[in-house]
Amino acid sequence: MIDNPEIKSGLNTDREIVVNIEHLKITLGGNEILKDINLKVYRGETVIILGKSGSGKSVTLKCIIGLMTPESGTVNVLKKSVPDLGIKELQEFRTKLGFIFQSGALYDSMSVRENLEFPLVRHEKLSAEDIEARIRETLSDVGLEDAIDKMPSELSGGMRKRIGLARTLVLKPEIMLWDEPTTGLDPATSVEISKLILKMQEKFKVTSIVVTHDIKCAELTADRIVVLKDGVFAAGGTFEELEKSGDEFVRGFFE
Amino acid sequence: MNLILPQFVTELLLNIYGLYNFAHRYFQEAFKPPFEFKETFRQFFEIGNKSLGLVSLTGFIIGFVLALQSIPMLTKFGAVSLIPTMISISIVREIGPVIIGLICAGKIGSGIGAELGSMKVTEQIDAMEVSATNPFKFLVVTRITATTLMIPLLIIYADTIALIGGFIALNIFSGQSPQLYISTVFSALTFSDIIPATVKTFFFGFAIGLVGCHQGYNASRGTESVGIAANVSVVHASLLVIIIDMIAVQITMIFL
Repeated sequence: MIDNPEIKSGLNTDREIVVNIEHLKITLGGNEILKDINLKVYRGETVIILGKSGSGKSVTLKCIIGLMTPESGTVNVLKKSVPDLGIKELQEFRTKLGFIFQSGALYDSMSVRENLEFPLVRHEKLSAEDIEARIRETLSDVGLEDAIDKMPSELSGGMRKRIGLARTLVLKPEIMLWDEPTTGLDPATSVEISKLILKMQEKFKVTSIVVTHDIKCAELTADRIVVLKDGVFAAGGTFEELEKSGDEFVRGFFE
Repeated sequence: MNLILPQFVTELLLNIYGLYNFAHRYFQEAFKPPFEFKETFRQFFEIGNKSLGLVSLTGFIIGFVLALQSIPMLTKFGAVSLIPTMISISIVREIGPVIIGLICAGKIGSGIGAELGSMKVTEQIDAMEVSATNPFKFLVVTRITATTLMIPLLIIYADTIALIGGFIALNIFSGQSPQLYISTVFSALTFSDIIPATVKTFFFGFAIGLVGCHQGYNASRGTESVGIAANVSVVHASLLVIIIDMIAVQITMIFL
């Protein structure tokens, strides 16, 4: 187990810590999913969480955004203790975070335009023209301006993920949480999505935490990778460092 | 001493407790701003307008068949002139609200259960929550409000159609004139028939919306749970309609 996965990578730790998880423990249905998770994420970096299916990667993301409450430990995000936030504070806090779901989680009964309008009209006081402009600008950022009037059922898997990303980006979040962004996509679309993560990183300077199995995605996007095993972070470092790891479990992801 | 209840009793009690909590949360959220007016009106349309065809057909058949079944029997006793009175009272007081209530439990209750269940399974409800929106207010409050207000309207509308169906049957098979039919129907009905029957339909609407939303919103993660949510919604909502009707009849008998 490593307590400070960032140290090994020689990362510049002078930057502001935006996510600070200490001794996080979660038990679901009698199974201890996360035993003792410790992670610091610095402003502007992209951290990849690697791990086998069911190892608790998505659970970690859900604790960061307050969808799940830890059994013990602390989760501080943007200087706020997430489990201690009240309903109103939590809603305000969530406007600063974006969560990209594995499936895209688009609202089936709404068009692409309405999907993007949904968070905007609730959190920003903008005129109808400004809303339209913001939607078009965000769709153009993900390369799908033409899909504005389509329904989610008319979109491919990759397009749904891009629209899911656009719906998150309209609120200009400070931290993006990606739950397996390339799962279920063909290799070419996976690379496109990975490049999109990089583009968002460069354009908006957001901090990203990406949960994935896709080593190609990790290679393209990661500033730092942490490996989750048996409820703890078993290793941490840059892609190059972990690729040469002596640990068979860690190396297994890179083969 | 530990009291061990049979599993179905435990499940029933947990379900009732869950429904109670859900209803409590509805009343807490329904009167607190911000209000989702646009979505509520959309639900009025979805629940009201899209059920009109089914409700019209059912209402017409109820009235038509009721008249048709009564004509031969009452003709034997020379009491054909009483048929409009019998039709109007039985439809307005009991048959219309209960049958249309059950039809709505099937169509609307299962629809809500399946829709919210599939939204839960595909993480759309979580997506609303992480985009800092209150999904309960947007999905549940709007739907329960819509069923509570639209189902009584559907029932009143269906009662009217049933009375028209009854007239058509009487007109075809016993030559009843429209003037006589209308005057008999209106002179037979009193406020004590109409008001209790209408009040109970608001409870039917609330129960149908509540059960559908409760099942869908609390569906588990698997796709199988969508079917279960839809199915359980129909069964529980239908049962509640019957139970509410029985209670309403008892209360009406005490006061009137």
